This record gives sequence, structure tokens and C-alpha cells, in this order.
Amino acid sequence: MSKILVIAEHLGGKLNSSTARAVSAAVAVKGEAIDVLVLADSVDAIASEAAKIDGVSRVLTVARPENAHPLAAVLAPQIAKAAAGYSHVFVPSTTFGKDVAPRVAALLGVAQVSDVMSVEGPHTFKRPIYAGNAIITVEADPAHTVVATIRSASWSAAATGANNAPIETLAIDAALPTHTRFVELKQGASDRPDLQSASKVVSGGRGVGSKENFDIIFKFADKIGAAVGASRAAVDAGYVPSDLQVGQTGKIIAPELYMAIGISGAIQHLTGIKDAGTIVAINKDGEAPIFEVADFGLVGDLFKLIPELERAIG
Amino acid sequence: MKILIGYKRVVDYNVRIQVKPDGSGVVTDGVKLSANPFDDIALEEALRLREKGVAEEVIVVGIGPADLTAHLRNGLAMGANRAIHVVTADAVQPLTAARVFLKLIEKEQPGLVILGKQAIDDDANQTGQMLAALWDRPQATFASKVEIADGKATVTREVDAGLEVIEAELPAVITTDLRLNEPRFIKLPDIMKAKSKPIDTIEFGSLGVEANDHLKTTHYAAPAKRSKGVMVKDAAELVAALKQKGLL
Ligand SMILES: Cc1cc2nc3c(=O)[nH]c(=O)nc-3n(C[C@H](O)[C@H](O)[C@H](O)COP(=O)(O)OP(=O)(O)OC[C@H]3O[C@@H](n4cnc5c(N)ncnc54)[C@H](O)[C@@H]3O)c2cc1C
Ligand SMILES: Cc1cc2nc3c(=O)[nH]c(=O)nc-3n(C[C@H](O)[C@H](O)[C@H](O)COP(=O)(O)OP(=O)(O)OC[C@H]3O[C@@H](n4cnc5c(N)ncnc54)[C@H](O)[C@@H]3O)c2cc1C
Repeated sequence: MSKILVIAEHLGGKLNSSTARAVSAAVAVKGEAIDVLVLADSVDAIASEAAKIDGVSRVLTVARPENAHPLAAVLAPQIAKAAAGYSHVFVPSTTFGKDVAPRVAALLGVAQVSDVMSVEGPHTFKRPIYAGNAIITVEADPAHTVVATIRSASWSAAATGANNAPIETLAIDAALPTHTRFVELKQGASDRPDLQSASKVVSGGRGVGSKENFDIIFKFADKIGAAVGASRAAVDAGYVPSDLQVGQTGKIIAPELYMAIGISGAIQHLTGIKDAGTIVAINKDGEAPIFEVADFGLVGDLFKLIPELERAIG
Repeated sequence: MKILIGYKRVVDYNVRIQVKPDGSGVVTDGVKLSANPFDDIALEEALRLREKGVAEEVIVVGIGPADLTAHLRNGLAMGANRAIHVVTADAVQPLTAARVFLKLIEKEQPGLVILGKQAIDDDANQTGQMLAALWDRPQATFASKVEIADGKATVTREVDAGLEVIEAELPAVITTDLRLNEPRFIKLPDIMKAKSKPIDTIEFGSLGVEANDHLKTTHYAAPAKRSKGVMVKDAAELVAALKQKGLL
């Protein structure tokens, strides 16, 4: 029977919703136990959040000062030790998981399944390749631990509230390297919804034209309570910071509503929004490829249309 | 200091990939192949470090079939000093690629290994991290800025929460993100010069690397298509439609 270890992602003492999404994937394996591992300097708040997620059997914690920041070189040896006795190790496919999971897999001497979209069986998974232009079915060797990253956009977060899983401290005897050190995290302070978990996202592209002009995107997003995203061209041009990039090499998201404004719809961008509920495109070029995937398309100048939208919303 | 670069050949990013009707793979016959864009960025960064005097030698590494030579010549034309071609006809999974790199590291003793954060064919995003684990050295993934001084790399990483800065003692593995730099274009005279630069060929089998095949791809499928929706005539119609769906 399968036993799955899910690695918790957290920041600033709060659990990231990607963890509950990875738990959903673990539930789909239909194993006998799902344990969540919390590695942090102070674990209590994070662990009690994780204990509430439906389907979680136990929460295991490792509180060490070295775990204050998510350094892969420091976390991986601990996760590899903790993985003993588990058939699967699931990590969210966020920059956190993409950084640490392959390091764990290599320590365990196993291959990794990246970006799991669906679980077909305990050792059979679907994942995207070529920017989502092909979906492959991969079979992992049951003789080895499965290390996988879970594509957040493909899984809804497991519900919380009904569960109260026991929390246990885990003693891990692993030598931790000091060759890699955290210096700082520069975070764009924002009270806007988080791009990766927001139900609505408004994205601007090169068509927005400048950093100053991007205010109109932010203002509109605030009006409808949406997170803000961007195309690579808009990020490269310096209109917005890199953490807003949506696409193959940015964030893969699945909001209920995605509005692409002044974005042409390159395949690398579309990869990031394939699972969105409703896609709206606003572009002055009626031939733009974004209209091929949009549920609602509106041709016209964004600088004229956004104020009109705001008025129509009231 | 020597810098080792992963220089992988992939299907060009402009190619629209088609899945074979029988689900046995994707159509790669006759499609344009290019350097993985992230690997061009890796090479560019190494060349800049050499130009700054931080590094003396830049080596591009390709793992792949016999006809990889022309691709490696491009890396040499861009400015690498020499190339290493690990010859294998088989598809190489990331853990195997990492084990190959480790063998080359033992021989070359580089101060820095720069790989792409992901190859745009498999999008695996694993090789650099796996190599760092096997080598027991630091990893700085998704780099958008690299500074080398006093035996360490200070790397700015593009992470979901913003920009993270870490310090890594050398030797280390760095994987590149898109905004690290803009790779230079190859000029004609450089292509001529590249012809005389050495390419070492090593048979994969001679490295004593265990080819890891724990993962088997059993089927390829085209993704579920989104159907084209409707065009609305103005802002008012759009807002009405979204309100009707409960989205506004
Ligand atoms: C390896 C690789 C990875 C990549 N990864 C990503 C990724 O993760 N995410 C990503 O987004 N891209 C990615 N790209 C880049 C991608 O190929 C495109 O270049 C990019 O998405 C284009 O951004 P854009 O649509 O904003 O710009 P453009 O293609 O220039 O489109 C701008 C659009 O704005 C419209 N427009 C202009 N003015 C107005 C106006 N006043 N009103 C209305 N519309 C207007 C134009 O008609 C045009 O359609 C990647 C590329 C490569 C090679
Ligand atoms: C002709 C051909 C057909 C293939 N067909 C398949 C297939 O059908 N199914 C399948 O699963 N795989 C196939 N592969 C292998 C696959 O494309 C990858 O090489 C392998 O899975 C490694 O994953 P990745 O490159 O996505 O790793 P990533 O971890 O995404 O790569 C990151 C970085 O590692 C370095 N790197 C990785 N591999 C190499 C390499 N070979 N040479 C130099 N640097 C490298 C590069 O710097 C790269 O940017 C094929 C390869 C070739 C050449």
C-alpha cells in the first residue's frame, strides 16, 4: 500500500495553498496514509494549519534554525531521510518545489515526475511536455520511491476544517551544509490577491506600453478584486516585476476568470492559462492568436475599453 | 576558473509540436532544432564572466546523438573555448544527464557549472538540482543575476514570492532564468573560427554511468483543446456576459 509524504510549502509562518493542492493529488493515489512534513524554524502555526487539511493522517515537524529559509541544499537531506518508509514524496510544483524536489530525488537515486496533472494509478501519472502541447503518461518503477512535483493549477485545494490530524515532532539526524546561505527576499508588498491562487486575474502585455500605463491594469484589477499578471514581454520591458509573469517559464495558473489585455497569445503564454475557467481577451488586433482560445473576445484599444468596462460594471 | 555549460539541442520554440496519431511520440522529423534558449543564456553568462576575467575557459557540453556536432559548433561560434560531446543515441533522462555531468566535473574540475533552468522540450527542470545533489555542492536555480567574488556566487533568483538573493560557495551549480541576460548573435567570422575549435567526443558507454530508466513514457496525447468562444461587440456586452456567468 502507498504511503505518501507531502512537503509543506510556507512563507512567513503561513501555509501556502499549494500544499493543500498537493494533498489532493496524494488523496488521488488512494494510499493508506498521507503525512505532511513541515520544515521550518518555528513550526507550530504552520503545522496546525496543515493538520486541518482533509485527508492528512499526520503532520510531522522538524524545527531547526537552519530551516528558516527554504534553501534546497539544506532541506533536501532532511526530506530524503524523512522519506524512508514512504512510497511517494509529493512537493508542490512551485519555485519552492521545483528547486528542492529534484535534489531530493537525486539523493534517493530516483527519477522525478515533474508537474503531475493527474494520477491514473499509484505509479501512473500524466504530465505536460513541450509547453503543454503534448501530455504524456509516465509509469514510475514501483520498486523505487516516487518523487513528484504537483502542478498546482491541475488540482483544487483539499478542503480544510473537518480534520484534526495529530502533530508529531520528527528527529532527523542529517548533516546540513553551510555552503549555501540566504541573504534576502525582495517581495513586492501587495495587498492584492495572490496570483497563484486568485479566482480572478487581470494580465497586461506589451500592448499596455509602459510602467506608468500599467496603473490602469492595477486599477481595473482592484475594481474587480483580481490579482495582476503579465506576459513575459511586459516583464522584460520592466513594466512589472518578474513574479507576475504567467506562462511556460512563469506561473501556471487556473483562475475562474482570466483577462488578457494587450497580450497577443504566444504559446508560451497560453501554457500558463490553459486551465483557466473563462478567458477574456482584449486586443486591438482582431487577428491576435489569443482570440483562438478566448471564451469572450473584444477587439479595440485597451485605453478606451478599460474605462468603458469600469463604467459598465458600475 | 573553468565553466561548464549544459548546451542541449531541442525543438525550436517556434515549432508547434504535433503528437503522432498513434500516441507513440511527438513529430520531430524535419522540425527545426535549436539550442535550448536557457542554455544560450547560460553560455552568454559564462562568456561575460570570461570577458570580465573571472573565468579563463568556457566548455559547452552536449549529450545526444552523433549529429549533435553542428549544434555544438554554434556554441563554439558564440564563443566557447571547446566542446564536449557525450554521444548516445538514446534519450537521456535528467538523473542520467546529471550523472554524466558529474563524471565530466571530476575530470575538468570546473569552478562553476551553468545549466538552463529547464529544457523547453521536456520542461523537466531537474538536471541542475540533481547534479548539485550528487556533487554535494550549492545550487542557485532560476538565476536572474549572478555576481562572482571572493570564491562565492551571489545569485538573485526569480521565485514565486519575488526575488530571492542567496550566496553559494564555489564550486556551485547555477541554472538560468530568462532575464539573466540577452545572448549575443553569432557573427559569420566566428562561425569560421569555430571550425578549428576542439570538440572532444566521449562515448556515453565509456563513462560508466548508470542509465536510469525508472520512468517510462507509455503514451503521448494532444492536450484538451479550448474551443474558440464568441466575440462581443462592446464593453457593455462583455460585462453583461461575465455577470451572467457570475464572474463579476
Ligand atoms: C523559452 C521561452 C519562454 C517563454 N516564456 C514565456 C512565459 O512564460 N510567458 C509569456 O508570456 N511569454 C513567454 N515567452 C515569450 C512569448 O513567446 C511572447 O514573446 C510573449 O508572450 C509576448 O508578450 P505580449 O503578448 O505581451 O507581446 P506581443 O506579442 O508584442 O503582443 C502585444 C499585443 O498587444 C496588442 N496591443 C498593442 N497595443 C494595444 C492597445 N492599445 N490596445 C489593445 N491591444 C493592444 C497587440 O495587438 C499585440 O497583440 C517565452 C519565450 C521563449 C522563447
Ligand atoms: C532526439 C531526442 C529525442 C528524445 N525523445 C524523448 C522522448 O521521447 N521522451 C523523453 O522522455 N525524452 C526524450 N528525449 C530526452 C529529453 O529530451 C531530455 O534530454 C531529458 O529528459 C532531460 O530532461 P530535460 O532536458 O528536460 O531536463 P531539464 O532538467 O529541464 O534540463 C535542464 C538543463 O540541463 C542541461 N541538460 C539536460 N540534458 C542535456 C543534454 N542532453 N545535453 C546537454 N545539456 C543538457 C541543459 O543545460 C538544460 O537546460 C529525447 C532527446 C533527444 C535528443
